[in-house]
This record gives sequence, structure tokens and C-alpha cells, in this order.
Amino acid sequence: MSASLLQATGMFGGYGGLDILNGVDLAVDAGEIVVIVGPNGAGKSTAMKAVFGLLHVREGRVSLGGEDITNKPPEQLVPRGMAYVPQESNVFPNLTVHENLEMGAFVRRDDFSGVLEQMYDLFPPLKDKRKQPAGELSGGQRQMVAIGRALMVEPKLLLLDEPTAGLSPLFMQEIFERIIAVNDTGVGILMVEQNARQALEIAHKGYVLAVGRNRFTDTGANLLANREVAESFLGGTGEG
Amino acid sequence: MDLEIFGLFMYGISLLTMTGIYAVSCLGLNVQWGFTGLFNAGIAGFFAVGAYTSAILTTPEHAGHFGGFGLPVPVGMAASMITAGIIAYAVAKICLRLRSDYLAIATLGIAEILRLILKNEQWLTGGSLGISHIPRPFDGRGQPWSELGFLAVVVVIVLAIYWLIERGLKAPWGRVMRAIRENETAAEAAGKNVERYRLEAFVFGAMFMGLGGALSAHAFKFISPEAFEPLLVTFLVWVMLIIGGSGNNKGAILGAFIVWTIWSMTELFTGFLPSDWAIRASYIRVFLIGLILQLVLQFYAKGLIPEKPPVIPGKNGGEKAGGD
Amino acid sequence: MLEFINFYLIPGLVLGSIYALGAIGVSMLFGILRFAHFAHGDLMTLGAYLALTVVLALGWSPMMALPIAIAGTAAVAVGIDWAFYRPFRSSPTIVLVIASFGIALMVRAAVQLFWGVEVTPYQTGIQRPIILFDALRVAERHFVIVGGTIFLVGVMHYFLAYTRMGKAMRAMSDDANLARVTGINTKKIIVWTWIMGAGMAAAAGVFLGMDTQLNPNMGWDLLLPIFAAAILGGLGRPYGAIAGGMVIGFMEELSSYPWIGTEPLLEPSYKTAVAFAVMVLMLIVRPSGLFRGRVF
Repeated sequence: MSASLLQATGMFGGYGGLDILNGVDLAVDAGEIVVIVGPNGAGKSTAMKAVFGLLHVREGRVSLGGEDITNKPPEQLVPRGMAYVPQESNVFPNLTVHENLEMGAFVRRDDFSGVLEQMYDLFPPLKDKRKQPAGELSGGQRQMVAIGRALMVEPKLLLLDEPTAGLSPLFMQEIFERIIAVNDTGVGILMVEQNARQALEIAHKGYVLAVGRNRFTDTGANLLANREVAESFLGGTGEG
Repeated sequence: MDLEIFGLFMYGISLLTMTGIYAVSCLGLNVQWGFTGLFNAGIAGFFAVGAYTSAILTTPEHAGHFGGFGLPVPVGMAASMITAGIIAYAVAKICLRLRSDYLAIATLGIAEILRLILKNEQWLTGGSLGISHIPRPFDGRGQPWSELGFLAVVVVIVLAIYWLIERGLKAPWGRVMRAIRENETAAEAAGKNVERYRLEAFVFGAMFMGLGGALSAHAFKFISPEAFEPLLVTFLVWVMLIIGGSGNNKGAILGAFIVWTIWSMTELFTGFLPSDWAIRASYIRVFLIGLILQLVLQFYAKGLIPEKPPVIPGKNGGEKAGGD
Repeated sequence: MLEFINFYLIPGLVLGSIYALGAIGVSMLFGILRFAHFAHGDLMTLGAYLALTVVLALGWSPMMALPIAIAGTAAVAVGIDWAFYRPFRSSPTIVLVIASFGIALMVRAAVQLFWGVEVTPYQTGIQRPIILFDALRVAERHFVIVGGTIFLVGVMHYFLAYTRMGKAMRAMSDDANLARVTGINTKKIIVWTWIMGAGMAAAAGVFLGMDTQLNPNMGWDLLLPIFAAAILGGLGRPYGAIAGGMVIGFMEELSSYPWIGTEPLLEPSYKTAVAFAVMVLMLIVRPSGLFRGRVF
């Protein structure tokens, strides 16, 4: 068995001495889409933050490509090929779309103009808005800027925290399509999603978390087919 | 020999008197900052207003400035508190709902404007000539009795203010105050009129600062705008509170004593130096006080007598001095 | 009319330039570190005196000494930040305000210690004004000050709009957390903010010294109008600070013009009060400033 791209084992941690994570395991293989679902307060976003060094991992280990990255700060993870898109306030509102993308490449000292053009190809609606402040864009376009910003380092692994939160179904569909397109270029994706059903449909692997622990781990399709998962965690109807 | 001991004795009295005067202002700042978390960068302004109010009301008639009403000293002191309180009310009305930095800037501005008025409105304040012949209680009874008498007045006032604040803190008023500082949103949710309580704290604090100013005017018997160098008065009181222990009244008084002692002892020391060096040394003195503040902030943030943990079951209080 | 231009409009422009340079730093620092830097005026003083040393030692003009004053003040500011502000990065910002209050006093005491308290000019002797169109009389130093300010604002604009560091500074001012997860080196940005802010302050100090004279209180006395200018322009917005500085500068000078009758509208000694009044009015009506800066 080859080592996974991202491997997190037995993560414990939380805020102010109170553990939210009670031994979470996560693994993402290169080029995979992995989705974390679960009820509110299950520790989904917290687990992702722990992986990205935004939350102190009290116990457990995180590694990227075999290298230990436990509790390494974001500024050291981004150059190692890991990028993160927060759920809220994920663009620089007073910077133009173009500048937002440039900021994503802050850690790069090489010529990244080609990657910039790729982003406009990947997210065509942004092409006309290059010089517009990102704060003036619609929710869906802002999400594109945020994902584009993260892709500027050409990461091996992209972390997305609820990328479709607050978007209309139409935009949601578009964002999911973009995520698949990004994945097609070989980027591994770890994503937390409220819209669990749609997310699992595009996932190679899914994790169901509850009270800070792994409850189910399986392929996206199998989880969708699993009755217990469907009843307890997917809300039956497939909405929300 | 005897003369030397007597000199030392008199020095001790003046030291304690000044400590007391600063302690009054420091207690005022403690009400504003220590208990309520309101930043005041204009202490010198309230101090000066108090000094001038009392001076104008209590001095005999004089052509050089307004007033000369020859009123009794207690009346002057009461008026100094009222004037400082009114100005504080106006500032608070406008700025209290803003974040703390803005309050700091606004109070700094008030102090600067007041300084301009003191300097320029000669008809009122005597301009740079200042006001002289300010009466001092128990004056004219000969050394050391007149000095001791005034010291007694200062001590009584310090104790009275201490008692008043401590009582206020134990009353519901103080409990609400603390609740606001710890968690403003929760206090608001509990139906407390946060803005009114903060306004009260700011006005009370400023009134004590005004009283401190009045006491200093009567102690020196003479005032001029130079006596209220904004950075120095404001800064000394801040250093006193932070070193002593913000949020603790005993700490505020202890801080006033320690800082004033260091301040005046070093002045005594620089007095022995040749005059050219003495001037330079006085700047080193200011520099060192600034440095002490930095070190206390960084390594000893709770001060000498830390704030008593509030008596709320199930919660470990005792925030660091900078808590807001 | 000519008198109005010569004695009110041009001095307003000069004063506005000085305020603008000071306010840029206050505004930038607020954007990045989120606190009102009370020692900013004293950094201006330091810059002015560093230039004085160069002027006296090498016989250069104050303008030639300017780059040295800027570099020296920036270096001192970076050092002060490292020793006295850095420990409080995660403390309530008001602790930084207190610390900067102490730094203001320390810097001033150091200036008094090294350079004395005497009021000193850079150059003695009368400077002949340049006469334009036979009527406009503009002192050479006023040309230099306004020209220098335009140049420095140009440098600032280039830095913020076109350099990697400058854009990252704007990004961090927008959202410090997002800047961090993007991989932006926030420590380096803080250092650059001090270099830019303190450098501009030093220039403001030198210009003020050229326009009037040097004294150890010169910067502290300007703190209020500079804060007013920064608030007027919207904190965290360096471009707004320039506009704010100009507005405050003009208003202060124009406030003593005899608009009604022959007496000055406001005694010149109360100029500072104008800045204060504008600031208070702004805080009441629109605390985010003209250009929507940060309030909380």
C-alpha cells in the first residue's frame, strides 16, 4: 500500500482546553476527491483547520506526502503544496480579482503568469472582472475567486470548507462542476460540505463524522447507498 | 544634625502629600480603566480643569485673571469636581460608544484643547503667568504644622474616595460594572443599560481627577499651564495604576506611592549633579519611567497588587491588567 | 485675492502635505496592527532631528539629509516594534496603545537628551521667496515641501499598487486571517508597514522643521491633527489619509482668514481646535471616515 498524500491519524484538539476532535482519522490519496459530512458540531471544519495548522493538534499526527506537518503553520504548508479556502470571508474585498489571484501566489518566486491565465480559463466569468474589487462580486463569483486564489500555488491538495454554503442551487451546481474540473487536473481535494448528498455524488471517498469521531468511511456511492447513513446524516430527502 | 532630620521629615511629608494627590487621580483612573475598561489619555486635562476651577474660586481678587472670589477651599474643591465632571460628561456622551482607541484619541484631544485655553485665555486663567496666592488649608501655622495639616486633608480625602469606591463596587452598581467589562454583550442581553453605566464611571473618574488637580493647586499655591504638561501628568498616573495593579484600589494607591517616590528621589539625585548634567539626567529619568512601564506591561501585567478575582461562582476571574 | 493665496492657500497646502505624510503611517499601522499609534508624532520629531545632525555635521541641505532621516527613523521604528510592540500581538489592542504612549515619552526624552531642548532651525538667514507671475510669492521651501510630498506619495502609490509586498500589505489590511492562510508572510508585512509608516513620518518631521523650526515637542503637538486626518480619511486607508491631511491642513489655515469682517474667524492659536472639531464631528456622523475605513 502506497502512503496517502494526506494522512491524519488520531487527531485530538479543540479550543480553550475543550476537545472538539476526539481522535479523527483522515486520508486523501493523490488526485482524489474526499468529502467530510456530518451533523452540525461534528467537528468537520475543525478537523480541516487542524490539518491546516489553524488549530492546535493536542494528540495525533498529520503528514503530507510522507512528511510530518503536525501543527505546522499555514505559511509553511502553502509552499508544500497545500491550499485552503475558508468558508467565510475568503476573498480580499478591496483587492481586485486579479490582485486576489496574485496574492494566492505570494509564496511563489517564479513566473506564474501562465497559471493566472489558466484560472481565467477555469473560471470564465472572472475574465471580465479582473480589475473589479472582489468585494463587489456575487457570492458564486466570489467563491470562484477564492478557489482560484488557492489554486495559484498549483497545490497537490486543496482544502475547501463548505464551498457552496449560502449559494443558490444554480451556483452550487456550477461550483461543483468547477471542483470536478479542478480535480481533473490532478489536484487532490478535501472538502467539508453541508450539501452532503450532492457532495458525496462527486466524491471518491466520504467520511461521516459525529461528535468529533469517525462514524463511517466508504466510497461516496456506498455511503449514499448506506441506509443508516442516509437516515441519520443525509436527512432522507437529500436537501440540506 | 537635628536640622538634617527635620529636613528629611519635611521631605517625607511633601512626598506623602504628593503621593496622596496623585493617588486621588489614580483612583479616578482606576474607576475608568481598572473597573470599566475606559481608556483616558486626557488625565492632565481634567487635572488642570480642577486646579484652575478651584484656584479661580478661592483666590482673592486679582487683575491678572478672572475671578478672585475668595470662596472657601472646600467650595473650590467641590466646584472642581463638578467642572471636571461636566466636561467628562460631554466627552463621554460623544465618544463612549466608540471603540477604545477612539476614546483615547478623543480624550487626548480634549486635554490639548484645554491646554490651549489655559495658555491663551489670559482674562480667565492669567495665561502663562498663571494664578498665584492660592490659599492652602492650615497655612500660616508654621512648620511643620501647616504642612502636616494639609497632609491630613489629603489623607482624609484619599481615604474617603477609597471608601466610596470600595462601597460602590460591593453595591449592585459595581457588580454590573464588572459584568460589563467582562462581557459587554451578555450584560446588555441581561437588560443593563451599558452605556449609562460606562458614562457614570467615566464621569466619576474624571471628577476625582479634577479633585486631584484642585489639591495640587492648593499644595503649590501657584499654578501655570506648564504645571500640566499633558504627557507627563497623564503618563505618571497611568504608570502608577499599571504598576500598582489595575483594578485594585489598594494597588492604585501603592502605585502612586512607589512611582512618586522613584520620581522625586531621582529628582533629588539629579539635583546633586552639575547643572548641565542635571538637565540631561532629568530626561534619562523620563526615559527610565517609560522603560519601567514597558517592562511591567510585558512581564508583570497584573501589577504589584493584582485585581481580586470577582466573586462569581464557577468562574476564575483575575484577567490580566490589559484585559478589556 | 493674492493675499488669500499667499498667506492662506499655500500655507494650507504645505501644512496639509505634512499632515498627510504623518497620517499615512497612522492609517497604515491601524490597518495592519489595529491600534492607534500614539508615538507617531514623536517618530516625526526623531526624523527631523536625525536630519539636523546630518545638516550640522556634513553641511548638507535638509532635503539631502532626508533619505538618511527616513532610513534612520524606519530602523528605529522596526526596532521599537520588535522590542516593545511585538509581545502584544495577541493582546487587546489597547495594551499596544498604552505601550505606544510610553514609547512616545521615551522617544521624546531621548531627543531631549541627545539634542537638547532649544528651538533650532535647519538654516539661519532669510530665504527669499520665489515670485511667480509678478505676484505669487512662494517660499522655496514650500515648493520643496509640496514637491517632496508629491514624490513620496508617488512612491507610496507605486509600492501599494505594483509591488508584491505592497499588495500583500493591502491584503493583510483587508483580512489578516485570510492573508495568513494564503501563505503571506505577515511578519514581513509588519516590518514593511513600519518602514513605510515611519519613513513617511520622518519626512513629515523634516518638512515641518524646514517650514518652521525644530523643537522636541513638534511631533507630539501634531499628533491630534494627524489622528484627525487619518480618521477623516478612514482608518486603514492610506489614500484616504492623504485627502484627510489636506482637508485638515486647509481648514486649519482657512479658519483664521477674516471671512466675516476684518478679524480672523478664529484666533490662530486655536488652529489645533479645528482639527479636533472636525475629528469629533466625523466620529459622531460617520466614524468610518470619508472613505469607509475600519471602525471595529
